[in-house]
Amino acid sequence: MAKTVKLTAPLTDRDVMQLDIGDTVLVSGVIYTARDAAHKRLVDLLAQGEPLPMDLKGQIMFYVGPSPARPGRVIGAAGPTTSYRMDSYAPTLIELGLKAMIGKGKRGPEVIEAMKAHKAVYLGATGGAGALISQRIKAAEVIAFPELGPEAVHRLEVEDFPTMVINDCQGHDLYEQGVKEYRRTSTR
Amino acid sequence: MRQIEVAQVTQAVKAAAIAANYEPGADLLAALAGGAESEESPTGKEIFRQLLENARIAKEERIPMCQDCGLAVVFVEMGQDVHLVGGDLDQAINAGIRQGYAEGYLRKSVCHPLTRANTGDNTPVVIHTEMVPGDRLKLTVVPKGGGSENMSRLFMLKPADGLAGILDRVVLTVAEAGPNPCPPIIVGVGIGGNFERAALLAKKSLLRELGQANPDPEVAAIERQLLAEVNDLGIGPAGLGGRVTAMAVHVLMQPCHIASLPLAVNIQCHASRHREVLL
Repeated sequence: MAKTVKLTAPLTDRDVMQLDIGDTVLVSGVIYTARDAAHKRLVDLLAQGEPLPMDLKGQIMFYVGPSPARPGRVIGAAGPTTSYRMDSYAPTLIELGLKAMIGKGKRGPEVIEAMKAHKAVYLGATGGAGALISQRIKAAEVIAFPELGPEAVHRLEVEDFPTMVINDCQGHDLYEQGVKEYRRTSTR
Repeated sequence: MRQIEVAQVTQAVKAAAIAANYEPGADLLAALAGGAESEESPTGKEIFRQLLENARIAKEERIPMCQDCGLAVVFVEMGQDVHLVGGDLDQAINAGIRQGYAEGYLRKSVCHPLTRANTGDNTPVVIHTEMVPGDRLKLTVVPKGGGSENMSRLFMLKPADGLAGILDRVVLTVAEAGPNPCPPIIVGVGIGGNFERAALLAKKSLLRELGQANPDPEVAAIERQLLAEVNDLGIGPAGLGGRVTAMAVHVLMQPCHIASLPLAVNIQCHASRHREVLL
């Protein structure tokens, strides 16, 4: 039976190991944003032996490139982007202690294996609900790569940010299970 | 000849780009409400509820429905009795997008393909211009998201593949896309023409009002068949399983070379945005 769990970042192994696919996770605390271009920069920094702009231990990475904030607002629309584009970078970050990723869409086997090996989870947020999701973001600031514009790394403070567990750290996949339940054989 | 100032084009494109991003069309809202009714999966129903709430917030708070405010595509239907004055049409359209994306707080999502350096103003625009009879100028502004565009495909089929081959490829494209393009999607299909025309037909089919079938009964039958087969996949809203994977399948078809059977599948996420202006 799916459960609802409130978690505050940074996360511990215990936080993520209690999660099963289909669980609702309401995330609070500080999370970081990064898309393709920022991931490339992070991995390049590591390759050069340079420090990262944040300590990844226990952190949550949200795959998003928000739209600009109107004056007086915290942020613009901020829904998830498609996660597979980060698959080639994600295992490296998971090895360094990243505990959760928020995005939408399928992950590759290399990411699922890394999540099992290092106890991490993949959380889905509703794609295309950027206006709705933005209401759960209470503060936002760019902390790295401002020249990347919408792809810069932001530090976000979130409150009860709604997500669902797509891949738990046992290697289960909510997308596969959901589709199996509703698939019908076509009659042609 | 009827004269139109290109400055009017800039203003029209700017207003349309902002409106398209903030205000979902009535047809889309009706389709989302219909999906919330017909979806059997409780999670799927909840996703539809979120999308309707998202649409309400976007309009009321003047915030884009989706942070991906798209690569701007503009369809121009230019009456042959129109005389444009005061500048260059393509530049006027690009200026409209540049101004709209700046003033509307829309995300600039266009970059150099290799260095990935952002152009900073969401240009260049992809413009498709067509000459038509009359003395009016029709502009359709279509902000197209990257996630669903990435899941689109082009197939150069053999004539022997026939309708069965077309159905198989469309269903395969949607199956492989799975949760990635933000279902519930709209599937645009172009059949015939040639390599580039098939893709253009697929994109153009997405401009049609949701709930309207192709006026040609033969093509409308293909749309119904495809919608049924795509929804049998069980992908459902947000890919979490359900009956409504696609809210509509739109097909445009035209004759092709005797050696060819071109097929293009252009996937549109549920944030289907387009605005028409007639000058």
